[in-house]
Amino acid sequence: MHEPMTDLPQTQTIRFTLNGQSIEREVQARTHLVDFLRDGAELKGSHLGCEHGVCGACTVQLDGQIVRGCLVLAVQADGRSVNTVEGLSDSGALAQLQAAFIRRNALQCGFCTSGMLLAAHELIEQRPNATREEVREWISGNYCRCTGYQAIVDAICDVLAERKTAAQGAKA
Amino acid sequence: MNAPESYFLRHVEAEARPTPVAAPLAAPLQDASHIGQAIPRPNIERLAQGRGQYVDDLELPRMAHVVFWRSPVAHCHITSIERDFARMMPGVLAVYDGKDLATICKPWVATLSHLAGIKSAPQYPMALDRACWQGEPVVAVVAKTRAEAEDALQYVQVTWEDLPSAVDMKTALHPDTPVIHPELGDNLCFSRTLDTGGVDEAFARADVVVEATFDFGRHTGVTLETRCQIADYSPASGQLTVYHSQQAPHMMQDLYARQFDLPESSVRVICKDVGGSFGIKVHAYPDDFATVAISILLKRPVKFVADRLESFTSDIHAREHHIKGRIAATSAGEILAFEIDDTTGIGPYSMFPRTSGIEGNQVVNLTGGPYKHKAYRAKLNVVFLNKTPTCQYRGVGHPVACAVTEGLVDLVAAKLGMDPLELRKRNVMPDDSYPATGASGIKLEVLSHEACLRKMETLMDYPALLAEQAALRAQGIYRGIGFATLIELTNPGAAFYGVGGARISAQDGATARLEPSGAVTVMVSVGEQGQGTEAIFSQITADAVGVAMSQVRIVTGDTQATPYGGGTWASRGAGIGGEAVLQAGLALRTNILKVAGVILKRDASTLSLKQGAVVDADSGEALLPFAELGRVAYFRPDTLPAGFTPELMVTRHYAQRDYPFIFTNGVQASYVEVDSETGFVKLLKHWAVEDCGRVINPMLVDEQIRGAIVQGIGGALFEECLYDAAGLLINGSMADYLVPMAGEMPDITIAHIETPTRSSMLGAKGAGEAGTAGAPGAVVNAINDALRPLKAAVWSQPVTPEKILKALGHIP
Repeated sequence: MHEPMTDLPQTQTIRFTLNGQSIEREVQARTHLVDFLRDGAELKGSHLGCEHGVCGACTVQLDGQIVRGCLVLAVQADGRSVNTVEGLSDSGALAQLQAAFIRRNALQCGFCTSGMLLAAHELIEQRPNATREEVREWISGNYCRCTGYQAIVDAICDVLAERKTAAQGAKA
Repeated sequence: MNAPESYFLRHVEAEARPTPVAAPLAAPLQDASHIGQAIPRPNIERLAQGRGQYVDDLELPRMAHVVFWRSPVAHCHITSIERDFARMMPGVLAVYDGKDLATICKPWVATLSHLAGIKSAPQYPMALDRACWQGEPVVAVVAKTRAEAEDALQYVQVTWEDLPSAVDMKTALHPDTPVIHPELGDNLCFSRTLDTGGVDEAFARADVVVEATFDFGRHTGVTLETRCQIADYSPASGQLTVYHSQQAPHMMQDLYARQFDLPESSVRVICKDVGGSFGIKVHAYPDDFATVAISILLKRPVKFVADRLESFTSDIHAREHHIKGRIAATSAGEILAFEIDDTTGIGPYSMFPRTSGIEGNQVVNLTGGPYKHKAYRAKLNVVFLNKTPTCQYRGVGHPVACAVTEGLVDLVAAKLGMDPLELRKRNVMPDDSYPATGASGIKLEVLSHEACLRKMETLMDYPALLAEQAALRAQGIYRGIGFATLIELTNPGAAFYGVGGARISAQDGATARLEPSGAVTVMVSVGEQGQGTEAIFSQITADAVGVAMSQVRIVTGDTQATPYGGGTWASRGAGIGGEAVLQAGLALRTNILKVAGVILKRDASTLSLKQGAVVDADSGEALLPFAELGRVAYFRPDTLPAGFTPELMVTRHYAQRDYPFIFTNGVQASYVEVDSETGFVKLLKHWAVEDCGRVINPMLVDEQIRGAIVQGIGGALFEECLYDAAGLLINGSMADYLVPMAGEMPDITIAHIETPTRSSMLGAKGAGEAGTAGAPGAVVNAINDALRPLKAAVWSQPVTPEKILKALGHIP
């Protein structure tokens, strides 16, 4: 055992867009993005389930793509854009999915829901024709211990179907 | 009871016992429009927007953070703790050892007097000079931030000497195995035998006797939100407030008061949003007391949030059983007797306050439970191990008892060449035989096995499935169909804990208040952990009072705000909490009608309440909105007659006292395909027919059952806390400990038989655990059905591809 370190962890100033607002903060280089969001930006909607990148509860968007908030450092957000469940709720981006989740009771304790919604949002944007099996596969990176997943799959499939119908209506 | 006669349940008035048929069930209330409806939960928009308030989301002024140095080995003597380096680290406020905390927190011994002979050793918030499992807290480091506390933790220097450990339950009682607590004499925590008599005779006269050995892997709940709390002791007021992710706030209030010698009224426990519980969060953990002790010592709020590795080594484990089972039957397919010999391994201490003896006790009580045989013998040994303590996790003994019972039944069916569904039909207790007593002595109020089996047969289209299975077998595709009939104990009375001396409330209460605006607030002692408890309480209130659900607000999870009660466990929230809400709502209705009668100068019996207004009972004409009644009652009492006081807040309590437990029943079926080359199991489909009495919200009940089934499947196929020979957990991360993922789970079809309990007006029984109880048995039976033509069988859960390949002889 050596003497304890006395110098403080290295810090860095980062500037990025968080839920549409520009922010500038000094962060420790070692701070994970989700820890910064929760403790530094008071955004508690992204949750810590495992801190190993397995459970998906901390999922956020980085430049429009979902990432694990526990596997990305806050400094990696420098100069980029981050969206969390709070911002995507306020913008209405998640509204259709949220309505379907509530209608289907696709959340129980709600702890996985932020991450699940962000994963589902990317699916409906990127794979509008996803089958039920593909939906199950897609959300397999997000753990839910309450629902048994079926209601979540139902809710996402509902939204896929609604959007298809709407798209067909727009064409016709 | 002061409810108007017309609001009584039809079946309460009826003389005859309710018959378990699928006919539409009479509404519990005359003008019920919410109970029985699939209404979305009114309070989950905020969770869907990420705006819940879980414990780790809360920040209090001057809040400190505690992290624990936990024993890295299964059993050791702590020889020294060097804290000075850690104390020098930035932000560190204090470093404590077990002796520091023992000065203000009394030790506990978790026993129950009705588990005769159960024993355990005194346990402290942190180890004093000996740690007895890998993960036991030994040193606490407190700092201004979590990161600083974790930094400093690296500089705590603990030296220890390894002690010999007991890590295998099969050898825990051998004379050469070290005794964990020498003062207890041996490693036996609890044992029980049960013998109805006539067992040897039954086996002697049986045409068929089948034996099998069943193994169950130790697993844990893996709540996505880990265990967490904030303890906030104010030395100025002497008040301790604990924000806790917990299922039983009043139980914790009592325990904190007693262990710290605080007046009960000075302890307040608040449960906000809870990120999954499943029984993991109904126990009192050493680190709960440690966090409170540190808040008292430091005179400031202290937050503890377990990380995932800590969760795996310190959350309770469950279900590690080794069972030899036997069944006797006639050639005609009559089951004559069951016999089991169960060994289960717990931790080095019985878990506080519910004990680690209950799970094994339930296995003894429940094995053979659905069937009408009379002869039964059981032996149970609950042994101490130097592993993480075990206690009640969703299903508590049911998944084990069910898998053993149903596995043995399937073995008889195979040996007789009889269809397994037919064998069950012949042996379940008939629907017209209740009330009845099972062979183990359990009292059964009213069940519907026959109706459930009939419904299952059509629900799954059994003949078509059998034909498909046979056709595919001819092509070398091995599919299996497995059944599990089950009973589940719900709505417990004091029999579970109270009679054993545990101060865990068997009753619950609800306080209903009409607000001046006409809204209704109901404070309930049963809380919400995601089941939809608050939604069903809103539905019940809406119907009982006569108000729109949007006008109902439910308050739970605060010992200072709600009536006293037990909380959420043993599938009691709807059945017991719901009945208290119903009675409070009916009492408030009566009182609103009294006030309305006075204001309107009419006989209250000519009035009724509907959609938040007083209406004429006959014509339905709206006479007085609740808002106007509230305005007069609260702000203009001067206009009311002298001597009349409106009582627009009422409290009612309910305890189920007719039976020790109200049993439910159901049957599950699983359809799987086993790849005989790789040993992989694909779950194709799962069905459940469940009788939980009155269904208050079918969508929420179905979702409870689905979630519980998937947790059961997790134990059957994936989940196991793996230990090495030294007692070290080798898969303590979510990457290594497998839980079910969406892609590998089947769609689950659910149907209901509704046989209300007569022990309450509401008629609801529990629904939260039956899914977990039945799923493992059904899935394992399906796998073995698939393997049967290959002359292989696996009775060891989790059924991994490796075990299947071994059974098939493909690998040694």
